[in-house]
Amino acid sequence: MKLSSKQITLLILTVLIALSPFFFPSGYYYRIGALIFVNGIAVTGIVILTGYAGQISLGHAGFAGIGGYACALAPVHWGIHPGLAIFLGAAISALLAYLVGRPILRLKGYYLGVASLGMGILISMVLTNERWLTKGPDGIEVPELGLRALLKDMGLNLTNGEFWYAFSGICLIIAAWLALNLYTSPTGRALRALHGSEIAARTVGIDVARAKLQAFVISAVFASVSGSLLALQNKFVSPDIAGYMHSIEMVTMAVLGGAGSVLGAIFGAGILTLLPQALTVFAEYEQLMLGLVMILVMIFMPQGLLPSILRKFRGGKRE
Amino acid sequence: MSELMQFLLSGVTVGAVYALVALGFTIIYNASDVVNFAQGEFVMLGGMITFFAHQAGLPLPLAALIAIAVTSLVGIALNKLAIEPARGAPVVSLIIITIGASILIRGVTQLVFDKQIHSYPAFSGDDPIHVLGATILPQSLWVIAGALLVFIALWIFFSKTLMGKAILATSNNRIAAQLVGINTNLVMTFSFALSAAIGALAGVLVTPITLVSYDVGIALALKGFAAAMLGGMGNPKGALFGGLILGLLEALTAGYLSSQYKDATAFIVILAVLFFMPQGLFGKKSTERV
Repeated sequence: MKLSSKQITLLILTVLIALSPFFFPSGYYYRIGALIFVNGIAVTGIVILTGYAGQISLGHAGFAGIGGYACALAPVHWGIHPGLAIFLGAAISALLAYLVGRPILRLKGYYLGVASLGMGILISMVLTNERWLTKGPDGIEVPELGLRALLKDMGLNLTNGEFWYAFSGICLIIAAWLALNLYTSPTGRALRALHGSEIAARTVGIDVARAKLQAFVISAVFASVSGSLLALQNKFVSPDIAGYMHSIEMVTMAVLGGAGSVLGAIFGAGILTLLPQALTVFAEYEQLMLGLVMILVMIFMPQGLLPSILRKFRGGKRE
Repeated sequence: MSELMQFLLSGVTVGAVYALVALGFTIIYNASDVVNFAQGEFVMLGGMITFFAHQAGLPLPLAALIAIAVTSLVGIALNKLAIEPARGAPVVSLIIITIGASILIRGVTQLVFDKQIHSYPAFSGDDPIHVLGATILPQSLWVIAGALLVFIALWIFFSKTLMGKAILATSNNRIAAQLVGINTNLVMTFSFALSAAIGALAGVLVTPITLVSYDVGIALALKGFAAAMLGGMGNPKGALFGGLILGLLEALTAGYLSSQYKDATAFIVILAVLFFMPQGLFGKKSTERV
């Protein structure tokens, strides 16, 4: 039996997530792993938008902010369970992405980037200034998800780190599965067609604006869920989650690893999540490194790290 | 009345800075179709280098000249090392490259200089001038005069000089420009140097009023960009008016609505322009060749 590349990707991802804990020297690594997976979910959304459809968003952290704050506010104000608040945040993000994207995605080039950037900054401004609701720049507590306690009652006793590692790992596998299925679906084919040439895509009857809008909305939902999981895991959320730098990080993770491939982008999320941990001694160099990485990868490996490395292994054969 | 006058005066001062940043965007966009997200870093470098050169004992005018010259070199380096090697790359890659450059410049500045907030003395004292019941700082007049001078100089440059015409030709059609013997690489390098110099000049002029630190560039770039879009991307006249209008809107928002949300004005302007008139106030409707 020959596996399709989709099955191979999911298999590699599952094996990596399942086996990595055997090599963890301490419980701290569960936390790092969970962070990588949560970033990986957002970055998988960027793959759909940037890798498939060739559009760029500089405000995706805004959706992560909506997801994060939904989990903080909905349980307190409307008595909604934090688990359901994830879906509420995703719905609000999708609606906002639709409203912002609909008029703008008819335009080309820089426009989505700039509009999403403006939107993201407005969201983080609201989160910072509306103290009566969000408690302002200092951030706000997020209630427990409660799933770990439920598992404990069922006899499965996990530490907090272990639980979040497993839970966000499973969510990442689902996200990757969705993105990979989308790739081969009619919508995914339409997206890839317009990435190649919008005009050519239009001539074969693809509704270009609609396809771009779908990609933007779907990727907004991924970012929102990622924000929710981050907030629930930290039991805390602050406006930083919606900040400009967080948006840039998401895009950089995706293009660093390879925005055209789900596995590559998650690989990028892993590197950029680990790097600051490894570089704590060189905290001052972090911005410098991030900027340098962005420029060098774009010039020398426009396909991203992982696809470039794989190509080397295959003896320089072009895909 | 005097209150409104005060808001208008401060609006024009900030607006002049946004106009200078927007002019910088416009020049690079015209020559290379690149939206340079590092434009705000040029302004920051103008202020930072002037401060440290002045602190090292140089007289202020000399420090300012050094700042403008060094920043122009940074602009040239940006083009030669990051934009030229990526020739033909998709828009997404160019956006990421210039954002990467802005983060890199910020990181280097923070290492070479520091993370503190700095200022130096105003050029002609701090005694406010009274205008119709409101006051304006002499430094504000320097900023406004600087923006007008740059605009006039650019206008002469683009309409009278060979280099200016070469930039316009390149922006119209790169291949055709090459065919008539224009060195388009030189045009691009020159336009990056010119944009950087204009940005640095804005930083030199405005630092005594608004202060400078390594991280002021992002906000300036975004507002300059909003101004450029409002006026019509790639149009120098649009950049000037877009900057002034944005500055005034911001000052009026701060004065009459909410000072917390004054920074939101630029982004609401961006979204509104994109929704209702994507070509901007002075932009021409363009069709794309296939």
